[in-house]
Amino acid sequence: MGALPAGEPWPLSNQLQSLRNSGSFHAYVHIPFCEVRCGYCDFNTYTSSELGEVKRSDFHNALINEIQFSKRVLGASGIETTPLQAVFFGGGTPSLMAADQISVVLAELQSVYGFDSDIEITLEANPESTTEGLLERLWEAGVNRISFGAQSFDPDVLRVLDRTHRPELLKPLIDSAKSIGFRTSLDLIYGAPGESIDSWKSTVERALSLGTEHISAYSLIVEEGTKLAKQVSRGELADVDEDLNAEKYEWASSEFAAHGLDWYEISNWGNPSIHNMAYWESRNWWGYGPGAHSHINGNRFWNRKHPLAHQKALEQGAPAIGWEAIDVQTHLVESVMLRLRTKQGFPKALLSELGVPAEKVAKYLALGQLKMDRDRIYISESGRLLADGIALDLVSSLAS
Amino acid sequence: MRDQYLDRMDIERERGITIKSQAVRLPWELDGVTYALNMIDTPGHVDFTYEVSRSLAACEGAVLLVDAAQGIEAQTLANLYLALENDLEIIPVLNKIDLPAAQPEKYAEELANLIGGDPNDCLRVSGKTGAGVAELLDLIIKRVPAPVGDPAAPARAMIFDSVYDSYRGVVTYVRMVDGQLSPREQITMMSTKANHELLEIGVISPEPVVSAGLGVGEVGYLITGVKDVRQSKVGDTVTSKQRPAQTPLKGYSDPKPMVFSGIYPIDGSDYPNLREALDKLRLSDASLVYEPETSAALGFGFRCGFLGLLHLEIITERLEREFNLSLIATSPSVVYNVTREDGSEFVVTNPSEFPEGKIKSVREPMVKATILAPKDYVGTIMELCQSRRGTMIDMQYFGEDRVQLRYNLPLAEIVFDFFDQLKSKTQGYASLDYEDNGYAEGDLVKVDLLLQGEKVDAFSSIVHRDKAYAHGTKIAAKLRELIPRQQFEVPIQAAVGSRIIARETIRAIRKDVLAKCYGGDITRKRKLLEKQKEGKKRMKMVGRVEVPQEAFIAALSSDEGKGEKKK
Repeated sequence: MGALPAGEPWPLSNQLQSLRNSGSFHAYVHIPFCEVRCGYCDFNTYTSSELGEVKRSDFHNALINEIQFSKRVLGASGIETTPLQAVFFGGGTPSLMAADQISVVLAELQSVYGFDSDIEITLEANPESTTEGLLERLWEAGVNRISFGAQSFDPDVLRVLDRTHRPELLKPLIDSAKSIGFRTSLDLIYGAPGESIDSWKSTVERALSLGTEHISAYSLIVEEGTKLAKQVSRGELADVDEDLNAEKYEWASSEFAAHGLDWYEISNWGNPSIHNMAYWESRNWWGYGPGAHSHINGNRFWNRKHPLAHQKALEQGAPAIGWEAIDVQTHLVESVMLRLRTKQGFPKALLSELGVPAEKVAKYLALGQLKMDRDRIYISESGRLLADGIALDLVSSLAS
Repeated sequence: MRDQYLDRMDIERERGITIKSQAVRLPWELDGVTYALNMIDTPGHVDFTYEVSRSLAACEGAVLLVDAAQGIEAQTLANLYLALENDLEIIPVLNKIDLPAAQPEKYAEELANLIGGDPNDCLRVSGKTGAGVAELLDLIIKRVPAPVGDPAAPARAMIFDSVYDSYRGVVTYVRMVDGQLSPREQITMMSTKANHELLEIGVISPEPVVSAGLGVGEVGYLITGVKDVRQSKVGDTVTSKQRPAQTPLKGYSDPKPMVFSGIYPIDGSDYPNLREALDKLRLSDASLVYEPETSAALGFGFRCGFLGLLHLEIITERLEREFNLSLIATSPSVVYNVTREDGSEFVVTNPSEFPEGKIKSVREPMVKATILAPKDYVGTIMELCQSRRGTMIDMQYFGEDRVQLRYNLPLAEIVFDFFDQLKSKTQGYASLDYEDNGYAEGDLVKVDLLLQGEKVDAFSSIVHRDKAYAHGTKIAAKLRELIPRQQFEVPIQAAVGSRIIARETIRAIRKDVLAKCYGGDITRKRKLLEKQKEGKKRMKMVGRVEVPQEAFIAALSSDEGKGEKKK
């Protein structure tokens, strides 16, 4: 994820400004541990040798401290929260945590903020570190949705990605998860060097055969500084072919739809994840754990990246290393950028508030890349893969 | 004392070249008598021949410095001829004898062949260690005649340089021929009859030092408080208002620009700043000419005339560095005389001005080029000159292995990348000098580039008919690489008149969206968007097509890229 964005320092007062009411409240919990680091990954994660004196078995304490901290900050800022609508354990590899640890974190969140009756509690699980026993204990802890990191069903592709699991592991795990009562999702990655269109098609078919209610398909991004980036720059692996990726995307999207998983966000199909939508709709969420990002009523802030730095900062005061206030103009620009990714799009009024010239919108409507109904503008199927470029163009004529 | 003392501009010091002449006065004692030596350090490069010739006109003698590791170069010859034309006493000197690669014997022989005399008369000097410098100064006193002039006559001083200094106004460098000038005196510029008060008068030694006046033969500077160098014109004669001279000294002709290029600010709002910067540079560089120009693709800018390619390169670099501007310089062009079938005539300094309709003739400027190189490279050089439409005038040997080739070449073929090519094909051994050689008719056509069927004026060029196809193909291919894919297909065509000679297509972009925002890092995504927004400002809209500035720069510069820096 590269360098942290430069922002202002976290307010010394430990108080946030309430710039606008962003609605429902969610929690993201970052578990920064992995057995091995995958070649493509630039997420904030650490293998045991990189952790210093941080112990995985104590990590829940840091999270509990931060939940207490968030309670003090929100209280002092006079920001009232609704009961949590979603909790998401992401990583890293959350399935490396003991179910008891997940349980105490959830208990803390519930006692501080309360849970909405329809709360979605998701945990990302890697096939190789997940067992039926763990799934049962996670269910007891309160988790109700599992997102499996399948990535691909082609062993050659998995090898390029440095993923260590055998694809056969997924079916029994998903069957167990479903029979326990979990909602299930699969994460797929397309566009790995050497992945043919046929390999991808068969990955999609096998993913669909598992019958999850949700699938995310992400195109591989070669991030600077990763092992993969080095392999590509040395010419050992082919660079990303975005034309081929477009073909893969279009094929997969229609196949997902044919199996009842309807598209709702650039990379997501099926029964929408509440947590996922909270990002695109700029709802309120607190990101707990090292390197996690938060958004509360127009404040964005982000934590120190290393688990030890995060833990120390919490003991001394605030874990956040940067903060920014999103003013009205920036909020509108963000809304175009983020909501254009979703099926709902954004209200027409947004463009006039921003001062986007009507001709620009008309151009994309004529090209068939944008669509419009009575009060909303949204991306068409043919425009979907160009969403970033269209958002850029829409906001580019504006004074910065 | 710092190195490269007289090369004051950063750009001179970095490149190890002299662009502006600098005068310096040096006291030197010989046989108990103290002499004042007035010397001028001149540029060597062909583009600045104009600087050299007016400096030589102010002198009695010339020290011809030849690099002892490289030998005679084409520019050595050019400057030698200039000195001989001015009847100067010439002192041949081999410099840099401290270099391990120095071959003083060999090059002394060459020098002797060139100017006559004994190889042993050639002094061997190292500016770095100081070896031989004292002997050289002694020899200057012995050989160069003292200035002749009438101290009692009315004052006449030749202006050989005029420089704008932001603190002191125009500083005028003069050589006193007759009489004398003193501070506080009223002076007259003989060509304009303008009067000024002499606020300060002095010598350069080697920093400016105020003096009580300048007498016959002395070189020094005058400050009158004028703000524009054009009021203190190089070649003009300064005299005293009270006791004016009757006849001015023989002046210089104005330098004639040889190469033209359009200079445009990348950010259109910088146009007034560019104008101001050019006005300022003009104050110290009278050879720079420019006039406003508009390009459909590049917006508002200036068509600028330069003495040569190095001059162009240096001016654009100075504009960018000293005035903090980001610029595009269009492909250098020469001045064509075009006659249409209907008899109407056009002077074309910009390819986009090339007239439409039936063309009867196109005449282009020619140069007589002199190339000096070791004899092993003769074949390679002949090939290069032939491929550039050159015709050989003659070939002559200097010493055992050095050959001089003289060619008649179209200037347009030289301004592009000829020098870089010559250097790279001869491992850097060849040197080049050229002089104006009139106009000649050529079979020339204009090649246009079209994006989505629309002509882009900034990409037009005038080339020989035989090269039009190769040129069109090359530029089209280059643009296909440099213009990012758009949301629609963009055809690129090269055309001569209405005939399409090359075609490329930029396919429509299919995917332009990032998969996710990791961990809710919306800030990063927004920063990325803001960065791209900034990037868009560096795009020029050509019709519906967004063309990055880099495409203009790269497509317009020569394909071999920037070679080694010219000397």
